[in-house]
Amino acid sequence: MSQSNPMQKPKVVFEGVSKRFQKGKESLHVLNDINLTVHDGEFVCLLGPSGCGKSTLLNIAGGFESPDSGRVMIDGEEVDGPNSRRVFVFQEYGIFPWASVWDNVALGLRDLDQAERSEVVQRTIDMVGLTGFEKSFPMELSGGMKQRVEVARALAVSPDVIYMDEPFGALDSLTRLTMRSEIIRIWEQEKKTILFVTHDVDESIQLADRVVVLSARPGEISEIVEVDMDHPRDLGSPEYGKIKNRLYQLLGVSHTI
Amino acid sequence: MTISILCLLLPLVALYFCDRLPDRAQNFVMPSLVTVSMVALWDLGVVLSGSTVFPTPLQTWDGFIELLDSNRLWGDIIASLFRVSWGFFLATAVGIPLGLVVGWRVRAFTALNPIIQGLRPISPIAWIPIAILWFGIGDGAGIYLIFLASFFPVTVGTMAAVRNISLVHQRSAENFGLEGMELFRRVVLPAALPQIITSLRIALGVAWLVIVAAEMVGMDSGLGYLINDARNAGSRYDLVVATMGVIGVLGIGLDLLIRQLEKFDEVRWGYVKR
Repeated sequence: MSQSNPMQKPKVVFEGVSKRFQKGKESLHVLNDINLTVHDGEFVCLLGPSGCGKSTLLNIAGGFESPDSGRVMIDGEEVDGPNSRRVFVFQEYGIFPWASVWDNVALGLRDLDQAERSEVVQRTIDMVGLTGFEKSFPMELSGGMKQRVEVARALAVSPDVIYMDEPFGALDSLTRLTMRSEIIRIWEQEKKTILFVTHDVDESIQLADRVVVLSARPGEISEIVEVDMDHPRDLGSPEYGKIKNRLYQLLGVSHTI
Repeated sequence: MTISILCLLLPLVALYFCDRLPDRAQNFVMPSLVTVSMVALWDLGVVLSGSTVFPTPLQTWDGFIELLDSNRLWGDIIASLFRVSWGFFLATAVGIPLGLVVGWRVRAFTALNPIIQGLRPISPIAWIPIAILWFGIGDGAGIYLIFLASFFPVTVGTMAAVRNISLVHQRSAENFGLEGMELFRRVVLPAALPQIITSLRIALGVAWLVIVAAEMVGMDSGLGYLINDARNAGSRYDLVVATMGVIGVLGIGLDLLIRQLEKFDEVRWGYVKR
């Protein structure tokens, strides 16, 4: 069953989203007329060169910024601000360094009663593989573990949509690979809708059901590439290579050096 | 004198041998030897210049013992510490809440920042006449001056700390629906705390500098007054230097005390090199 089956329920819908930034006297046209439908439970990567506005698009979907024209609908409702039904996993470490792993993961669960909260926090910490580190502070953890805390904090509130803004950008390449397979494992288990911003071609093919390729500024959707491969994906398969070639071509670079 | 000359040579001897010592011993031995040779230099300087007013290290030590025996020293130490602790406590009680609000609320910042920045560069010493006019000679004026001396570092430090809270943390808080007092308790205060503690350290340091000056000019007790009194009562420079030593040691003690605040798990992240 392909995740991008048009019969599936639309989750996040971008309708003609455009955005400009005023930079001194200059006006930067960052996003131009973005139309995109992300389906329920789908993993979509936004891929594009630096400065193409992919993070801005994610911030708009998260309600942190508003578009100049167009709108973003989630479950048929217009996004008008941040909400814990749709949670961000940040590029830099967004977890709180002054709070323990446990308290960080419990951040979004303030409305639950004690017993229920403990249950959810422990289950989420176990899920991301941080059992035993509940009382640790972020400064005592490695970069990969911090990012797991961040993922756990997002999963704990059991959101409808998870936005990830280059979440593994600061990690070394081996940890990054591990984190990717972890995120796929969790995604297959939890079936959340994930919108994932990256400028890494391999990352997008390893993760996404569909890769949305954005052009350089002003960011426009230049093509949507489907990755019709089952997980775990064979990174050496001819199919993988074909998609990779296609994406590099769309980004205007050659990867034969 | 011969001993002093020999002591002067100690660092040279130490330099020769120090490579053979383990690292931890070096960290202790080297500074101690430098201190000893500085004292020796002081002793030689006094003896060679033939001064009868400036005390040698030994005379200073005798002066210190005399101060201890006279019971006077304790009273003056307590007087200074009393003013510093009350002034510092009041400055903290007003400065931290004020800094938090002014740092967080853009409107409060716009309204209050200019007056805070305008008053800040006026030395607390310049306030001494007004302090005496309002409170008379005594603890009240001292506490008021220490309040002024610590209030600005604490308030400005807290303000800056709150304004420095990273965008990611603010957005995380927003994303998970933190608002009002909960936002303050869970994000604003803990995020600002390491820098607030640093500003407390600076404030206490300044307070300790200012109290001595204030007591020299406008008070009739305390360590600053003791220095002035020792000079006026027959040029007892041995007591002057001994008191200076006491001021230095107490200053180090106060700093060590307040640095204990940096050791809590909730703030240690703020002092890590990145």
